[in-house]
Amino acid sequence: MRIVEKAQLMSASEIDRTLQRLAHEIVEKSGGTKHLALIGIRRRGVPLAQRIAQAMRGIDGVDVPVGTLDITLYRDDLSKVASHAVLQSSDISFGVDNMDLVLVADVLYTGRTIRAAMNGLFDLGRPKRVSLCVLIDRGHREMPIESQFTGRVVQTSPTEIIEVRLREIDNEERVVLVDRVD
Amino acid sequence: VTHRFRDLLALEPLNADELTFLLDQSKPFQEIQRHPLKKLATLRGKTVALAFFENSTRTRLSFGTAASRLGADTMNLQAEASSLKKGESLLDTVHTLDAMKPDCLVLRHAASGAADFVARHLDIPVINAGDGTHEHPSQGLLDALTIRDRKGSIANLNVTILGDIQHSRVARSNIHMLGKFGCRFTLCGPAMWVPRELEKIGAPGVSIRRVFRIEEALEGADVVLVLRVQTERLHEPALSADDYILLYQLSGERLRRAQPDALVLHPGPMNRGIEITPEVADSAQSCVLDQVTNGIAVRMALLFLLTAGDSENAEHPAAEVQAPKNRRSTDVKDPSHASR
Repeated sequence: MRIVEKAQLMSASEIDRTLQRLAHEIVEKSGGTKHLALIGIRRRGVPLAQRIAQAMRGIDGVDVPVGTLDITLYRDDLSKVASHAVLQSSDISFGVDNMDLVLVADVLYTGRTIRAAMNGLFDLGRPKRVSLCVLIDRGHREMPIESQFTGRVVQTSPTEIIEVRLREIDNEERVVLVDRVD
Repeated sequence: VTHRFRDLLALEPLNADELTFLLDQSKPFQEIQRHPLKKLATLRGKTVALAFFENSTRTRLSFGTAASRLGADTMNLQAEASSLKKGESLLDTVHTLDAMKPDCLVLRHAASGAADFVARHLDIPVINAGDGTHEHPSQGLLDALTIRDRKGSIANLNVTILGDIQHSRVARSNIHMLGKFGCRFTLCGPAMWVPRELEKIGAPGVSIRRVFRIEEALEGADVVLVLRVQTERLHEPALSADDYILLYQLSGERLRRAQPDALVLHPGPMNRGIEITPEVADSAQSCVLDQVTNGIAVRMALLFLLTAGDSENAEHPAAEVQAPKNRRSTDVKDPSHASR
């Protein structure tokens, strides 16, 4: 089986513009940033959350706290992945009670990662509201989960993979659609 | 670097990378101890067998709490209540436990090598929770984690170990752990408990010296590990409790010879007023309660590493053929051979 690149979905500047727009949307819909906090889901949700927070600084001049969440312990498919799962630390240094939290992920697919992230969040307290922000929504949901802030909706087939490559992690900056071919 | 740990029987065969990996994997579980809701569902449906053939309250409680916070169930075997008294062999007893289908066995036994022996006969992962005078690996890990948290690093420290080192698996596991990071050891206690052969128990190149005056042993120490004195081993005329206190008790005055920021560790339970004064035990330098909290985190990490994902209900049993068992004395299996 080979992995072939089929298309580029976003360039670096498109990613940047999309994150700017998402930052504006979050501030607008949240009616203020007082109780707002972003939670990046490891791994690529973390730099995305940091960049959105950076963009918010330019809009509202306020620092929105950013936390990171590792969902490994909450996955429902641990029996398949655990033999090579490496735990990362979660780092949420603020209390989540009564907060308006926005989970940030790179790709929304089955919804299982978000389900796991919510389980993790609720072990920390009782947020007032949790919403979801993703760069790409590729469909094929297996859970009743939707994003409130969506960068782009992409129609995909189940064999296709969306790779969000970010300079902080991948040393390049673009979103590509790849496919598995026999 | 990821490793697939099959069992955890001893720290001696593990290298610095593997030990660092185990400490790093304990970190997320330390955070969970601070959560308002500490219970995970990660090991839901798994069963951890706790087989304690020797008295232990804290280690068993710690492993039991670790299992329960991961969502696993526990089976408890206590020596007193078991058929050991009726003459059943160790192997028969663990085979009986194994037939109840636990996913992991945590074993404490008075015989050195018991965990290794049992692991060679069982297909499930085995965690050594103390075997005779050999090793107590989870204690070595939690001590190192405690030191690393407080000092920022476990590299190149001067570690003084006080007490009955000859009979101490805690001392051995600490030497095998910290010795891999360049720590130097000073062993101090009554001569009968600090025989010359202890100088050779570390890996080649690990500095271990014996010193019989406690004041000299504490000079410049970064870490002082105080061992529990088995009071039944103190007796006239060899050594009375009063003599022990006079010669080897860690007091505040003696501790001042160590580095000003020296840490004091004790595996518990403490004999206050025998091997350690209440002043030292309750001082800011004492890490005793951190050790207890970290013990749960380390044991959660071990149970997670050894039991998560080894479910017999894995979704593609046909695709993942069980690797033939080929146990060696080393506990770490090459990840490429471990998938099942």
